[in-house]
Amino acid sequence: MSTTPVTPTDSVEPLTNPPERAEVRRRRKLPTPGKVLAWAVMIVILLITMLPFYWILRTALSTNPGLLSEPGSLTPPEFTTGAFERVLGMQSTDEALAEGGSGAELNFWRYLLNSVMVATLVTVCQVLFSAMAAYAFARLRWKGRDKVFALFLAGLMVPTVFTLLPNFVLIKQLGLIDTVLGIALPTMFMTPFAVFFLRQFFMGIPMEIEEAARLDGASRIGTFFKVILPLAASPIATLSILTYMTAWNDYFWPLMVSYTDSSRVLTVALGVFRAQSPQSGTDWAGLMAASLIAALPMFLLFMAFARRIVNSIGFSGIK
Amino acid sequence: MTAVSPSTGPRASSSTATEAQSPPRKRRDDTRVALMFIAPAALGLGVFLLWPLIRGIWLSFTDYNLLTPAEFVGLANYRRLIADPIFWDSMKTTVYYVVLNIGIQTVVAMIIALLMYRLTQSTLLRGLVLTPYLVSNVVAGLVWVWILDTQFGVGNQILSWLGIDPIGFFTDSAWAIPTIALVNVWRHMGYTALLIFAGLQTLPASVYEAARLDGAGEVRTFFSVTLPLLRPIMALVLIMTIIGSFQVFDTVAVTTAGGPANATNVLQLYIYDMAFDRFQFGYASAMSVGLLIVLGIITVIQYRLSRADTSDMG
Repeated sequence: MSTTPVTPTDSVEPLTNPPERAEVRRRRKLPTPGKVLAWAVMIVILLITMLPFYWILRTALSTNPGLLSEPGSLTPPEFTTGAFERVLGMQSTDEALAEGGSGAELNFWRYLLNSVMVATLVTVCQVLFSAMAAYAFARLRWKGRDKVFALFLAGLMVPTVFTLLPNFVLIKQLGLIDTVLGIALPTMFMTPFAVFFLRQFFMGIPMEIEEAARLDGASRIGTFFKVILPLAASPIATLSILTYMTAWNDYFWPLMVSYTDSSRVLTVALGVFRAQSPQSGTDWAGLMAASLIAALPMFLLFMAFARRIVNSIGFSGIK
Repeated sequence: MTAVSPSTGPRASSSTATEAQSPPRKRRDDTRVALMFIAPAALGLGVFLLWPLIRGIWLSFTDYNLLTPAEFVGLANYRRLIADPIFWDSMKTTVYYVVLNIGIQTVVAMIIALLMYRLTQSTLLRGLVLTPYLVSNVVAGLVWVWILDTQFGVGNQILSWLGIDPIGFFTDSAWAIPTIALVNVWRHMGYTALLIFAGLQTLPASVYEAARLDGAGEVRTFFSVTLPLLRPIMALVLIMTIIGSFQVFDTVAVTTAGGPANATNVLQLYIYDMAFDRFQFGYASAMSVGLLIVLGIITVIQYRLSRADTSDMG
């Protein structure tokens, strides 16, 4: 934040009309009423951003009859951790019914495991394969490199949503419908974005470092794993986190591919949970508890790597 | 995304030129290693991206129900598409959604970005702003369905305290699309703001200095300096967000499932319905091609507009 002082010359500004004046004061940066107003706007935005999360927690810690009798209560009506127990399968059917749950079996642990398997499979494979390709584009000399690279470029422009239907047909023909592998497969090998993102960083690594390793007798493959990858640890970590989040939160593709509990991931399970309950008797406490648990791993990941993720958002990789 | 430059530097491109003339040069040719490195990614690109692209277009000219082999029907699917009122309705619904979603989101994100730029560089603040983006569309949709529930949602509770009659945010056909657009603004505004914020940080400080010396106020500086300089970046942001917005599905699927009375039957939902409820993969593919064409046109238009006078930056 620069400290350039702005002198109060609003009155001489030629084009000032009333709505603009309001703006002028809002973005004022000295400790003026304008700055106070700017912070006030920021706080309102933060409240809108964060309050729904409080509401998830408040709802998840209530009983359903309580929720319906006190819809406006700011604290959990009839505080209980029953909804979490219900979701995690630790509550008896009688207790569940008493708190407004459906009493039906919810295979939450299975969905959680499926989500972890899909996201891990996608992240590990996609990042490794994309890094290998990025290295071949950034550092190796081979015939047809520019042409193959142009193909990857073209791939970047295909909207994912267009490939979903044909990919579904393909996965069906491969007999992988309703399997974790079938969900992971299309994004397991690469995304054009990942290849570009990493290529950009590899190109920035000084040639000399690699050549020194080569002179010491390291092979190309050895150089890649022992020199290049460690040097690019930071962008690789960033990419891995972003890939994991994308895979974890994906809904449309797993919805197409998975039909039963054996491959159902959390996002799809939440949708089914919601769709199956009657409009009047939705188990909101349970649904919010499940949503919170589904989102929790992403919050933890974010808390651990917030700076990295926040700073990765920009145009460095793609501009 | 579209602004990626394929150049790999002078060294690399000149070497490929010589290799093209005399391939078996002993000097330095990594072809064998390179093929190994590129193989998995190339397989993925070919099998799960380029081949589906071609296949999707091919399927749009066929009658296909997954069980019997696809049967070529020429332009029948496209003729049907042109005459299908539901398709055009859902196209209209989608465009309406995109206009609301992108319009509001861009303004809000710009305000957040400017406020952050002016007030603080705090990573904590940027992290907080990004929080909704961490949860899936599904969770975002469910939370807001609950908050805005007509009878028991706290949203309508607050309205009743203000003396306003309850609104069926997701159940009233006039409200459903605006509500869904706002839910997605909520989820994406922080992310978009950080993109714009990153753009703001690339602007040279000297021009602000100059504007200040010229006695320009905040508003004038924003409209005459910041916005024109930011235009190439805004164009990129808009291309990305608009293309994303057209593909809306998750939020609609878990909140209204297309209702009430088809009021939120966005294109992706109709396509999904056609493919997976009615098993008309050929027709669904034709509609996908329609969407692909729309997205292509938008990209080209925006790319042109953003390139029209890049001299802004100079």
